[in-house]
Amino acid sequence: MDKFGFTISEGRQIDYESNDRRIAEYIFDREPSFRLCIECGGCSATCTTGNFTDFSLRELNILIKRGENEQVREKLKKCMLCGKCNLVCPRGVNTRNIVVLAKKAFQKSDEYAI
Amino acid sequence: MGKHVVVIGGGVAGLEVAGQLSKVGIQVSLIEKDSKTGGNLNKWYKLFPDRRKSSEVKEYLNGITANDGINLMTNTSIEMFNRHRDHFSIITSGGRELIADAIIVATGFDLFKSARKEEYGYGIYDNVITSADLEEMFSRGEISLINNTIPEKIGIIHCVGSRDEKVGNFYCSKLCCVTAVKQAIEIREFLPESKVFCFYMDMRMGGVFYEELYREAQEQWGVSFIRGKVSEVSETIDNQLLIKVEDTLAGRPLKMKFDLLVLMAGMEMSEGGRKIAGIGGLRTGENRFFAANDNHFGSNISNIEGVFYAGTCTAPMNITETISHARAAVIEVIDYLKDSN
Amino acid sequence: MILAGKKAVWKDYQKEIAEDKYYYVRSCVRQNFFPGSETAFLKIMREELDKDVYENPCHTSCTGICYHSDIVPVETTMTVVARQFALMTEAGYENLMPSCITSFGLYTEILDTWHHFPEIEEKVRRQLKKATGREFKKPKNLAHASDVIFKFRKEIGAKAKYKLINKETGKPLKVVDHIGCHYAKMFPSKGVGGAEYPYVLTGMIEEWGGQIIDYPERRHCCGFGFRQYLVQANRGFSVACSKEKFESMRPFKPDMIITNCPGCPMFLDRWQYVINEMEGKRYGQNGEGIPVFTYEEVAGLVLGYDPWELGLQMHQTDCEPVLNKIGIDYSPEDKYNLDISPSYSKKHNLINV
Repeated sequence: MDKFGFTISEGRQIDYESNDRRIAEYIFDREPSFRLCIECGGCSATCTTGNFTDFSLRELNILIKRGENEQVREKLKKCMLCGKCNLVCPRGVNTRNIVVLAKKAFQKSDEYAI
Repeated sequence: MGKHVVVIGGGVAGLEVAGQLSKVGIQVSLIEKDSKTGGNLNKWYKLFPDRRKSSEVKEYLNGITANDGINLMTNTSIEMFNRHRDHFSIITSGGRELIADAIIVATGFDLFKSARKEEYGYGIYDNVITSADLEEMFSRGEISLINNTIPEKIGIIHCVGSRDEKVGNFYCSKLCCVTAVKQAIEIREFLPESKVFCFYMDMRMGGVFYEELYREAQEQWGVSFIRGKVSEVSETIDNQLLIKVEDTLAGRPLKMKFDLLVLMAGMEMSEGGRKIAGIGGLRTGENRFFAANDNHFGSNISNIEGVFYAGTCTAPMNITETISHARAAVIEVIDYLKDSN
Repeated sequence: MILAGKKAVWKDYQKEIAEDKYYYVRSCVRQNFFPGSETAFLKIMREELDKDVYENPCHTSCTGICYHSDIVPVETTMTVVARQFALMTEAGYENLMPSCITSFGLYTEILDTWHHFPEIEEKVRRQLKKATGREFKKPKNLAHASDVIFKFRKEIGAKAKYKLINKETGKPLKVVDHIGCHYAKMFPSKGVGGAEYPYVLTGMIEEWGGQIIDYPERRHCCGFGFRQYLVQANRGFSVACSKEKFESMRPFKPDMIITNCPGCPMFLDRWQYVINEMEGKRYGQNGEGIPVFTYEEVAGLVLGYDPWELGLQMHQTDCEPVLNKIGIDYSPEDKYNLDISPSYSKKHNLINV
């Protein structure tokens, strides 16, 4: 603001209660293996996109589960659905389907539509 | 012939030792500071990894110790013991002198006193409880808040008093992770509408069937696991508990509200054990547990000839390991008594 | 909330506070921010409690503000602090009583550092001797001025003209306390009640009739943080800290805030105005702000000192809502009409060096 020369900083805490986690629930219902992720990062290490951009499927899983939808919507676009992550996952998570389901959940143009 | 061994502590290790020694005809005096045997097992309702009732293990232990060769002395502690040339003289809190050929120390562990982690508010906020308090609720068959309502959102905090330099405990208590997973499942069983979140630094699932239980918690019970050490708990105006934690895998601080928080209290050298160490000159390690003579092939042997260790007085152990360790102590004692004849 | 649990924690954090004969060191910034506070403190100590409090005009900044802003290196700070100790030693006093929380934290930190690294203390002694010819003894007792007021809270309570009670409802005023980061976060054992459930201000408030509210962001920084504020571009971060606290305390409907530190009342007071200007938000009741006081001002009000002599007109968030709730007798029209002539000051014992 002109008057003071600064504005009030926004917090960067994840506020779990106020976030909308319907997309996570949508995926949990359709792909139960989504719950099994142990955040090892194997998917991200092998990911073509992740090696050239800041895309990380491991991080994406967390952000979906916390309801950080603004970020998820942008990051989701980077996945090329090659499926290499599926091959490496030690917990048998159907990683590719998680991305597909997330894309479906976002496909309408409304705010975090499902 | 006619050998007499004093066993200090009537928990899982002490009972197992006493039972096995009496089986081979050695006279045992089993000294227990409480009014009944069982130790920490009495606080637990069900056990990991298979969620069998702890009473089944107690039945087994009571079974092997129900014989004339064991002189059980409850409400008794040790005031003094001295080694003479070929025997020990032990003075009990009742003023009795016991003469023994060997001593087995099985003084076990105490649960970390969670109020020492002030920032978690145990004993200050109404709905912050410990793993042991939760077991008591399971035994009673009800999980409820202070105002008798049913909690909907429950948080479990790992590593309370473990891996924590601030309370002087560098070590991992190693059983709290699997206890958290077991209790998370049990909460979901009791309260199917509830949501359960575990906050961990590392998931240490090293035991037999632990990882399987972890997977079951995620897959069948929908338990969420968030990596990060909770650093502060406070109470909101509507009596909910607000936690501050970093979601380390998202790389951002996280705040979340809970109806009930369960603290996974770690294991510490027991007060009774510390007292015995002091009066007997027994060596303890940096972790304050009794220090064994050799980590690989002498884990039952102390620095005093004729004094042996059994169970969690030397390190955190689960019940399977405790019983194995107790049996190993029995072999060491038999060996010693044979040689000292 | 289980009070017995809190009392158990308070018991663990008792500290030794000297009985009398204090060497008082003022804060750099307080006399500009809230000039009545230190004056009121001296008056309470000398006239109400009959204590020997000594001040030396040669005392300088402890440089804490610069140390915490990465401007002055710690060794320089230590030598400056050693000089303060030397002034105290020369005056024949042993009980150091800083007015400032950051000074208190810094003195504590330096004494602790010297305890663990005696070679550093030796070096500082040599440096001080070389630079000024002075020598010093370390303080026998180090207590913040609020510790001392805490110690004598009952004596002040016994002389109180007013209680922190809403005269309309008869209920205790709901008070938020803020002890300041440097009071106990660095050395919890040196603060009354420790850092998680601090008792120093709580003890005063309870003794004088009020009720402390424990809200979630009680332990959060006020937003000063020195380098947060000093650079203009960072001030959004500073004001956001205060805002986080206000948002968190609002549901509890606090009547007032009591503070311990020179910076905290400044920021908790001024940022309320800024937030209101920027976002049109106020956090008190009836569209008002939440009045913010120093502990000396609260002690002064309780003892019946005139609000304007205490300098409450220097607060940007109006203090009147609290004055009215307590039923303090004051003259609204004199708020900005204080006669500050030397004769007035002398009569009211305002300058007391």
